[in-house]
Amino acid sequence: METLLSLLEKNARLSTAELGAMLEKSPEEIEQMMELAKEKGYLRGYRALVDWARVNGGADHVQAMIELKVSPKKNRGFDEIASTIADFDEVQNLLLMSGGFDLMLIIAGKSFQEVAQFVAMRLAPLDDVLSTATHFVLRTYKKDGALYEDEEADERECTVQ
Amino acid sequence: MDYEKLLAPAAQSMRPSGIRKFFDLAADMPDCISLGVGEPDFKTPWAIRDAGIRSLERGHTRYTANAGLKELRVEISRYLQRRMNLEYDPQDQLLVTVGGSEAIDLCIRALVQPGDEVIIPEPCFVCYEPITALTGGVPVHLATRPEDGFRLTAESLKQAITPKTKLLILPFPNNPTGAVMRRQDLEEIAQVLRGTDVMVLSDEIYSELTYGTERHISIATLPGMYERTVVVNGFSKAYAMTGWRLGYAAGPAPVIRIMTKIHQSCIMSAPTTSQYAAIVAMRECDDQIEIMRREYDHRRKLLVNSFNEMGMSCFEPQGAFYVFPSIQCSGLSSQEFCQRLLQEKRVAIVPGDAFGACGEGHARVSYAYSVDHLTEALRRIRAFLAELKG
Repeated sequence: METLLSLLEKNARLSTAELGAMLEKSPEEIEQMMELAKEKGYLRGYRALVDWARVNGGADHVQAMIELKVSPKKNRGFDEIASTIADFDEVQNLLLMSGGFDLMLIIAGKSFQEVAQFVAMRLAPLDDVLSTATHFVLRTYKKDGALYEDEEADERECTVQ
Repeated sequence: MDYEKLLAPAAQSMRPSGIRKFFDLAADMPDCISLGVGEPDFKTPWAIRDAGIRSLERGHTRYTANAGLKELRVEISRYLQRRMNLEYDPQDQLLVTVGGSEAIDLCIRALVQPGDEVIIPEPCFVCYEPITALTGGVPVHLATRPEDGFRLTAESLKQAITPKTKLLILPFPNNPTGAVMRRQDLEEIAQVLRGTDVMVLSDEIYSELTYGTERHISIATLPGMYERTVVVNGFSKAYAMTGWRLGYAAGPAPVIRIMTKIHQSCIMSAPTTSQYAAIVAMRECDDQIEIMRREYDHRRKLLVNSFNEMGMSCFEPQGAFYVFPSIQCSGLSSQEFCQRLLQEKRVAIVPGDAFGACGEGHARVSYAYSVDHLTEALRRIRAFLAELKG
């Protein structure tokens, strides 16, 4: 199962026949394994890696990373505030962190103003939020294991060696 | 100047590589997908690169001992013991060379006299024949067959041996077929060779890249074979270090001594930076080999399965990173098939006859490429076949 998951993680568009060939299983078996992985919550979905910076020259797409300090609740720790924040559509990633702050968010908006607006009007005023620090993303070099730079040309020579 | 008169006839008659022209053509096609290379797509593991950088920073920029750094030879000896069950004394049984290729050259030159016969099982890597010819030796081509899994059989070997036979080249795991020799196969070969004066050059450059449960076995581990075998290996394929140009030979002390003398005259010593990097490869990178091997294995299965599905019957290779499917279903010759595939679908693979006449009817497909790259190439090959049949 782990091998199937790591193959899918690299390329979710491989067909069940191709995956089956690589893992010596029938396409039906692969189908079943993927169903099981979904049931167990191992597989959370299939998404494309889009480099928005290249679409229309990156217009209408701004990302920011926000560090949040929050006050945890008795008995529920960080879960309550985390689930409140996770409900915002603008929030793409939400992680509980060790170290100098508590929650890390990655949010997307159409413009700097929109992101700033979100932080100032919706995030910062939440009762449990103690402080925010917003870092705008200037450029993405690598995301989820994929390089966002132009790929290096394959300089290998064709040989019979 | 009449250079044709000046140049040595033996050198001039070396088989020109028709492949070169073919791939130069491919290189000029911007949307061409190549499955032609014979080297890993992985980068050299970082720890190894770092060791090379550190050796430069420390100013290790001089020649090393002719046979290679003592420390590296000790590590190679430990490695061969640990992974191949072979024991060699780093003092006088190991020689560090410029790639496996130099070790092959030295071994042939150290052993072969004019008129000596060298048995070369084909299809195979293309350097054995020209080097043999340049030393005045006589290449004896021995075809392996798909129905034998492209293995060398004792029967065919027996028939090829004459009183003039000096050396048997044993190129397994094999480029281009991916064939491997199992213990039983090697035992049968050993049976033929024991009691003769035939030496073996066992080219084990792909020894770390075998698939399935059985690991590579060196013929030198069999009784009576150690003393008649020179093992050639290197760092290029196992550690993705092709550009570092580093290999080695291990064998009986008297043979290694002569090989070292030739090496001393024509090379002096293998690249120093590469030798320092290789020490770390041997010490720390067994797990890196495994990561790469697993990745190759997935690709191998994908290709074998896809080619068989397309009707290009493909024997399942157990080693190296090539598959060698039959192209006979197309009704074309290997050359025609590859040229048309390149022109019509922009996919470059190597015609089988480049590896010896008996490779005709096949093509070599390298899987030293990402799965994405392979699936796109397979899609094009499938379309090519469909149009041919259509």
